[in-house]
Formats: sequence, structure tokens, C-alpha cells
Amino acid sequence: MDQPTTIEKSRTAEEFLKGIWKENPVFVAVLGMCPVLAVTNTAINSLAMGLATTFVLFFSSLLVSSLRNVIPKQVRITTFIIIIATFVTVVDFMLAAIVPQVHKELGAFIALIVVNCLILGRQEAFASKNSIRLALADALGMSLGFTFALLCIGVVREVLGSGSLFNVSLFGAGFEPWVIMIMPPGGFFTLGFLLLFFNWLQKRRREKSKGDRQATQYEEAREFL
Amino acid sequence: MQDLLWIFISALLINNFTLAYFLGLCPFLGVSGRLETAFRLGLANIFVMLITAVCAWGLNTFILPYAPYLRLISFIIVIASTVQFVEMAVKKLSPDLFRALGIFLPLITTNCAILGLALFATNKGYGLVEGLFYALGAGGGVTLALVLLAGIREETKVLDIPRLIEGTALNLIIAGILSMAFMGFAGLFSAGG
Repeated sequence: MDQPTTIEKSRTAEEFLKGIWKENPVFVAVLGMCPVLAVTNTAINSLAMGLATTFVLFFSSLLVSSLRNVIPKQVRITTFIIIIATFVTVVDFMLAAIVPQVHKELGAFIALIVVNCLILGRQEAFASKNSIRLALADALGMSLGFTFALLCIGVVREVLGSGSLFNVSLFGAGFEPWVIMIMPPGGFFTLGFLLLFFNWLQKRRREKSKGDRQATQYEEAREFL
Repeated sequence: MQDLLWIFISALLINNFTLAYFLGLCPFLGVSGRLETAFRLGLANIFVMLITAVCAWGLNTFILPYAPYLRLISFIIVIASTVQFVEMAVKKLSPDLFRALGIFLPLITTNCAILGLALFATNKGYGLVEGLFYALGAGGGVTLALVLLAGIREETKVLDIPRLIEGTALNLIIAGILSMAFMGFAGLFSAGG
């Protein structure tokens, strides 16, 4: 009886961890680009968007996974979208009540979480096929990865574009901000260069593991276990 | 009349949906490897946007005043059924086009540009005619961005580019330069009054 639970436990951890790094929704899968670029001109907005997306993804996955045997195959996409839209409406009203300033700055982009391919993608690819426990692990991992990516971009753009971080000035009056970084082109450039960096990291890791026999042995050992 | 022209121009160039608002980036980065396909996808976008504008206006005028919290859900459902309709019509009328666009036609449903259009038009309080001009401008802007990027990408295919930057990273940097170029259009406003 012990064995299955350990396997399930390790699988839960695996599903959780993969979203943060190995299958990061932004840097690896390049999903949900629209909020990633539109709202990341400050770190605070990035964080708010990340948390809002986390909320929606978590509860959508919970509901979809618990209803996965009830939802008819033919109308599943429509059902997913209605479930997602419901939670987005909730988060929209919640943000308007708790942090009206941030809500105003994010504007229509909160409502646009509905059409974030990441959320629908996880429902279709994962939550509708797996147990609640795994679906929640997957949702949390993916949203953490997403929030992490948003913060990466937001921090770069705010530091370069306004010379501040979380509204705290960093460099004093002598710093000439690169205004372009908080404008739309800055979003494209920042993500472009971050992707470049991640490509480089992956390439380096691949080359390393190619020459490294110990890594393969470890891989085999893990598979055997 | 001049107002309508401004709505059109501003959505087409100054507040370009793709390059200034980052809406509809998935097809922008995914499909636009070929000029021909990019153009057709743009046309499909314009078509869906025009219908979306009519739907949004109808919902805003007749239904949503009584149930504002249903805004998102009703927009999504109406738009999704519209796209389903377009897909069926295209399949029947032009199987070639259907094959060319492949998976991307249903993707327009979950395209932020479409929902964004409905939301922005609502926030700006546009009527039916204004909404249609807005949709035309926005759709034209998306098409323009798609075609421009596709053209540049066709060029880059024959260039000697480092393996590392190929793909999405390169596309994003090209898009950033395009977006910078489009920022120049902001001057149109102050010049035109």
C-alpha cells in the first residue's frame, strides 16, 4: 500500500515543478503572450496580473477536474470557457474592490485573462484528464511559472524604463530612464532577449549532458526506480 | 464623418492592436511565416471583428444593461458561435482557404484581439456605426502587422542567422522594431488636431 502513494506523491511534485522551469508557460511554451507583454511595464502590475491568473487557473482546474467525468466531450471547450469566464468575472470584481488603482491600470487586460491560451490549454491538456490532486499541482506550478516570468519581464522593464523597482527609486536623479522600455516596443525587446537567454541556457545544458555519461546513468537509474 | 475617419486611422496605425496593445499575438507569432497565409488570416480576422462589433453593440444595447455581470460570458459565447459559423461558411465556400488556415480559424475564438475589440468598443461607448469603423481599423491593423512580419520573416529565411536566435526570439525582436516604427504614427494625432 505504501508504494502507490509514494509514486503519486512524486508525480504530484513532478507536475508541480515542471511548470516552474522545464515547461515554463512563457519562456518555453510561449503561451499567453498578450498579458505578458501588455501589463509588465511595472513590477507591481506584473505581480497583480500573475496572482489574478493564478486564482483563475487554480479554481478553473479544480472545477474542470472535479467535473471531468460529467462534461460531455462535444461541448467541453465551451464548458471550459464558461467556467474560466466565471472566475475571471469574480477576480475582476475582486480587484476592483480591493486594489482599485491597480485594477484601473490593468484595465481590460484583467477581463482578457479569459482568452489567455495558457488557462484553456491546461484545462484541455491536463485538468480534464487527471485527478484533482494532480490538476491542482499542475495549475499551481504553471501559474507560479507564469508569475515568475511576468515578474522577470516586469522587473527588467521597470528598472530600465523608470529607474525604480516596486515604485522605489533605485538610481537617484542622475539616471536617465530608457522610456522605450515601458512603451510597447520595450515589451517585445525584453521578452525577445529573455527567450534568447533561455535558448542559450538550454543549449548549454544539452551540450553538457551530451558529454556527461554520469548524467545518462543517473537518468537510467531514475527510470529504473 | 471626420470622427469616424479618426476612429479608423487611430485603430489602424496609432493604437495598432498587435503592435501597441499586444492583442492577437499567438497567430502573429505562430502563423505568419508565409505572406499568403498571413494575409488570409488577417482577412478572417477583419470578418470576425466586424461581426463581433455588431454582436457587442447588440448585447450592450439590449441585454447587458439588465445584467452587467454577464458581460464577459455573453461576449465569449456570442463570439465563439460567430467563429463557428465563419468556420462552417469557409469550409463550404473555399476548402482551399480552410486548409491553408487549418487550426488557426478556431483559434480566433480564443484570440484576445476579438474579445479585446468588444471590450474596448464597450469601454469607449461606441455606437453601431462607430463600432464597425473601429472593427475595420483594428482588423486592418492586425492584417497590416501580420503581413509586415510575414514579409520580413520570408526575407530572414534566406539569411544566415545564428541558430540560437531563430524562431520566437527573432520574431519578437522584429516585432519590437516594427512596434517602434509604428510609434512614429502617434505624431498623426497632434498634427491632425
